[in-house]
Amino acid sequence: MDDDAEIVAEFLVESHENLDQLDRDLVELERTPDSRELLSSIFRTIHTIKGTSGFLAFNRLEALTHVGENLLSRLRDGKMVMTTRTAGALLTMVDTVRALLEAIEHGAGDADPGVDVESVVSLLERVLAGDVEEPAAVAAEGGEQSTDPQTDSVEDAPPAQAAVEGGEQATVPELESVQDAPPTAAAAPAPEPDPVAEELLEQVLDPVLDPVLDPVLDQAPEDVPAAAEAEEGRRGVVDSSVRVDVDLLDGLVQLVGELVLTRNQILQRTEAADDVELVRASQRLDLVASELQESVMRTRMQPIGQVWSKMPRIVRDLAHQLGREVDLEMDGHDTELDRSLLEALKGPLAHLVRNSLDHGIEPPPARAAAGKPTAGRLLLRAYHESGQVVVEITDDGKGIDPRHIGDVAVRRGVVTREQLARMEPRDVLDLIFRPGFSTAEQVTNVSGRGVGMDVVRTSIERIGGSVDLTSTVGCGTTMRIRIPLTLAIIPALVVGQQGERYAIPQANLVELVRLEGQDLRENVETLAGAPVLRLRGRLLPLVSLSEALGGEKADPDGLTIVVVQADETRFGLCVEEVHDTQEIVVKPIGRQLKSLPTYAGATIMGDGRVALILDVGGIARTRAIGAAHATEPEAQVGTVDSRALLVLEVSQGRRAALPLTAVSRLEEFELGRVERSGGVEVVQYRDGILPLLRLAPAIGLAESPPAEDQISVVVHEDGQHRVGIVIDRVLDVVEEQVVPTEVGRRNGVLGSAVVQDKVTDLVDLDAVVRPLLAGAR
Amino acid sequence: MTVTTLTPTSGGPRTAGTTGQMCTFWVDGLYFGLQVEHVQEVLRYQQLTVVPCAPDAVHGLINLRGQIVTALDLRCRLGLPPRPEGELPMNVIVRSRGEVVSLLVDDIGDVIDTTEVSLQPTPANLPPSVQDVVGGVLPLPGSILLVVDAERAVDVSTPDTTGGTP
Repeated sequence: MDDDAEIVAEFLVESHENLDQLDRDLVELERTPDSRELLSSIFRTIHTIKGTSGFLAFNRLEALTHVGENLLSRLRDGKMVMTTRTAGALLTMVDTVRALLEAIEHGAGDADPGVDVESVVSLLERVLAGDVEEPAAVAAEGGEQSTDPQTDSVEDAPPAQAAVEGGEQATVPELESVQDAPPTAAAAPAPEPDPVAEELLEQVLDPVLDPVLDPVLDQAPEDVPAAAEAEEGRRGVVDSSVRVDVDLLDGLVQLVGELVLTRNQILQRTEAADDVELVRASQRLDLVASELQESVMRTRMQPIGQVWSKMPRIVRDLAHQLGREVDLEMDGHDTELDRSLLEALKGPLAHLVRNSLDHGIEPPPARAAAGKPTAGRLLLRAYHESGQVVVEITDDGKGIDPRHIGDVAVRRGVVTREQLARMEPRDVLDLIFRPGFSTAEQVTNVSGRGVGMDVVRTSIERIGGSVDLTSTVGCGTTMRIRIPLTLAIIPALVVGQQGERYAIPQANLVELVRLEGQDLRENVETLAGAPVLRLRGRLLPLVSLSEALGGEKADPDGLTIVVVQADETRFGLCVEEVHDTQEIVVKPIGRQLKSLPTYAGATIMGDGRVALILDVGGIARTRAIGAAHATEPEAQVGTVDSRALLVLEVSQGRRAALPLTAVSRLEEFELGRVERSGGVEVVQYRDGILPLLRLAPAIGLAESPPAEDQISVVVHEDGQHRVGIVIDRVLDVVEEQVVPTEVGRRNGVLGSAVVQDKVTDLVDLDAVVRPLLAGAR
Repeated sequence: MTVTTLTPTSGGPRTAGTTGQMCTFWVDGLYFGLQVEHVQEVLRYQQLTVVPCAPDAVHGLINLRGQIVTALDLRCRLGLPPRPEGELPMNVIVRSRGEVVSLLVDDIGDVIDTTEVSLQPTPANLPPSVQDVVGGVLPLPGSILLVVDAERAVDVSTPDTTGGTP
């Protein structure tokens, strides 16, 4: 039902738009009656409405458009000539179609007896038969008059905005589906023309409508013509929103951007000022500008549901075409992002969905043979994550086989066999993003024409996003698109190099590292001319910004490294100096510079000078780091070096160490929070109960007296079970290689090792927590 | 900072063949002209932000009332010797294909009316780098005005100093 309601809502919006076009076309046609082009366009529109209404079982609408279509096809084929009468008849048909759509929108279905379809059908039939004398004209006029109030209200109330609140309040049983539908498609969804449901709905509607409408009526302007009551409710809603030209909004964003910059300049100047009034005024300006900026940005935000509302239809059609069975699930409809990004996302998203159906989800027999349900599952998810919007397309199809990809890539000449042999499975999967790559066994209508994933990646990267995929052979594929919330204003780190300033988008930023003297010598090594940094046990390729900008490589005593990430590539960018983080307004750069991969755009700094925005991905590509992944995929799950140890003090200065990978969090609890459950101490922790385990007795040491009113706890998670390990305090994290010895081996202790020149017990965590977890199970 | 709304010129870009009012300027002693329709404004020297790795002719970026404008050095574009140390260039802001570009010139002349003079083809013995940018010449009494083709002058997407664009 949800799906149907959405499809109906979409159909309504689409049809209304089409009808507006139709009105214009018909009037235009009267002026140029021979235009084959216009006639074809009108014919197509009516044909589309007819087709969809048949599909959605709106029989009267279908009957009406069917006759209209007949008339139009004769006109198009030149068997009839366009006259004012014919045009009048067609316009009457359009009005009636509109009236029917209105009725559907109000939830009455197209069986509303208030709309006179039959006389219009007979009028059209008379025109078709060539009987175009007086009676027809009268009927045409009558028809127009009867539908006038409704057409008027349609023009006044754009369908996309009408009935948002009214719909939600009035049709209580449909509340959910209304919320699911995006605002522009929020026309009240019509129930299926099921008589029982309709009756039920009316019963519910009657008592609800009146109290809702009364206050609305009071607010309604006086010149509202006396139309149906529901009409009034809608009017109230329409009044509260205004359609604004997108160009105007873009202009506003531009101006606000300027305002923000000017504010920055003023703030810089007034920081040192003595004039209290000036400082106060500039602070107020700061606040107002920030709020204004936020509000203006919000006007450009739209929910992703707008794109998703098209998906059920696309998926349904594709599934039919490809002989697949697909259950579509969508999650996160109201995730908002910038309008321009939404627009740019449409194409790639449709492409990826198409791919999932064509290449991912198998035909039902193949699925049955693989022991899966015959209907494949396609999940679209959208959510916000660290200032970005993530869109996931997950299918439970056959997954992508790296070997298969590799074979095709070699066959298509994308890579050579030797190159392939050196690639990791993950890189092999990445090959599908190369230009000219398509794996479809046979070129279908849907996909496999060689333009594909590379276009998707390019168009996503153009809007500052990234695409990656994870796939398990036999189980399915997840494509993940990350895009920034908005393009216009982003937080960025400003760095200095050779007297110029450059901005690095915060989205690419991982951390800052400063190395001097001893540390520098120990942690930075040069492998075959390529500098690498040891960072917590991982090797990070280093790129000198100076070199990336075509300058000389400096050899200073200290290194300031900005660790950045683009797609899956992580590297360190060595810069001369780091300034600060700022909100910058991204501005395009001229076409003379578009081909430079190093820059993503430019911005204007507080002092009015221009600074370039670095394209981290572009730098990685030009410095050929993209080819060599800095990390293995596994290492990204836990960025902790498996050898790293958490060194603890447990019993009056005695030292113990836990593998850092086993530690999920460090917490402090007040003693008062410790409660008892059975024989175990517990605390309430994250909506659950965390059993506590005192480490000292568990490894055969005397427990320290509780000195303070707080306890330090190391939270260890094992699947769904959590244990809090009570310790005295955390001493350090060490990453050095320890040599375990058998000395001191006992229950709960694997042995001892010298860590930081002190003997430390290596805790056998499994043995220690086993009794507690066994109790939990 | 005031935001000025710049109304596009009514005539629209004309082809290089038509003449009319010319905005004139000097580069390395040569007298150049650009149809005023193409010229948005003329500015004194503006602080430049250097763009590393950019084509040679790109001298930097300037902030034109919040808009980022690429500044192209006409001396470099024309294959002329670089500007002597200490001499600051002037900006001729040109509209081209919806974008705004600044042409750096040595000095600005008057706006002159050249309706009476007919455009002649560029003499064939001029260096190709100059021919690439110049759409024709106007022999005025006392001087010869080289008419710059704005479209071609701002086209440096391929760093090509020889000017032999086919």
